[in-house]
Amino acid sequence: MLELYGEEISSRLFLGTAQYPSPKILADAARRSGTEILTVSLRREAAGTGAGGKFWDLIRELDVRVLPNTAGCHSVKEAVTTAKMARELFGTDWIKLEVIGHHDSLQPDVFGLVEAARILSEDGFKVFPYTTDDIVVGERLLEAGCQVLMPWCAPIGSARGPVNPDALRAYRAYFPGIPLVVDAGLGRPSHAAQVMEFGFDAVLLNTAVAKAGDPVVMAEAFSKAVVAGRAAFEAQPLEPRDMAVPSTPVIGMAVFE
Amino acid sequence: MKLIINGEEQEVTSSTLLGLLDELAYEHDFLATARNSELVAAEERARCLLIEGDRIEILSPMQGG
Repeated sequence: MLELYGEEISSRLFLGTAQYPSPKILADAARRSGTEILTVSLRREAAGTGAGGKFWDLIRELDVRVLPNTAGCHSVKEAVTTAKMARELFGTDWIKLEVIGHHDSLQPDVFGLVEAARILSEDGFKVFPYTTDDIVVGERLLEAGCQVLMPWCAPIGSARGPVNPDALRAYRAYFPGIPLVVDAGLGRPSHAAQVMEFGFDAVLLNTAVAKAGDPVVMAEAFSKAVVAGRAAFEAQPLEPRDMAVPSTPVIGMAVFE
Repeated sequence: MKLIINGEEQEVTSSTLLGLLDELAYEHDFLATARNSELVAAEERARCLLIEGDRIEILSPMQGG
């Protein structure tokens, strides 16, 4: 069982709620995935529409935990104020902290991220930082009060999968006992299985499901891949070898001349 | 007085944030508000006095990744 800030979570697949073809497909995909954590955001509400309320009703019907994000924030001040507004709105002190450094790469501003993480942790937030695979930044985030780390495996929405698997393996090895969630860049279920085999504790994804031809079926596919990858990690996979090793015993072979 | 509400300048008459939400016909549920980049909690809106040029943000839940 995965434990995050003292809460036990069964499903190791966290799902985003954006970009689905319809609210119904979002709801169906979330149910089919078996996820217990959905990420949500907050944006300007137009007067008299009640749009945010309708979305929130849909999410609450799914009866899962929500993880609000600070997506789109480019400064510490923006991220901290957005987190405080999210805490009031969603009634949770969990926050997926994003401080974006570049408009094009959506790479985290890790300096602002650490500063914001410290401010929010001291204010009682339970921070889930969207970060890079840089181990030193991970250390700083832990020092700032984070008890979970969420490194990317590729740029947000890129669907490229683990572009630097060695870095992710090193990251896992360097932070034993810390819940690690691969957040961003996954494109296919095999990518999710791969990082779970590395020993990551969970994956967080959105676009790979929402923009698939059939998001509901893809949600199930990712769910199975995450389960398979975790089981493989726990079963201790064989390490690659440089040379061939026969799998069929050679002792007792007949000799024909 | 003129305020910047969700990034757009608007002429309003309300003197408090709570009054402003009513004046603009916002439903009070599912909203989070900020004045000049600082959170104004729901229970503080009635006491939050507005002055010319304040920047008001009115946010609600939305899809996110």
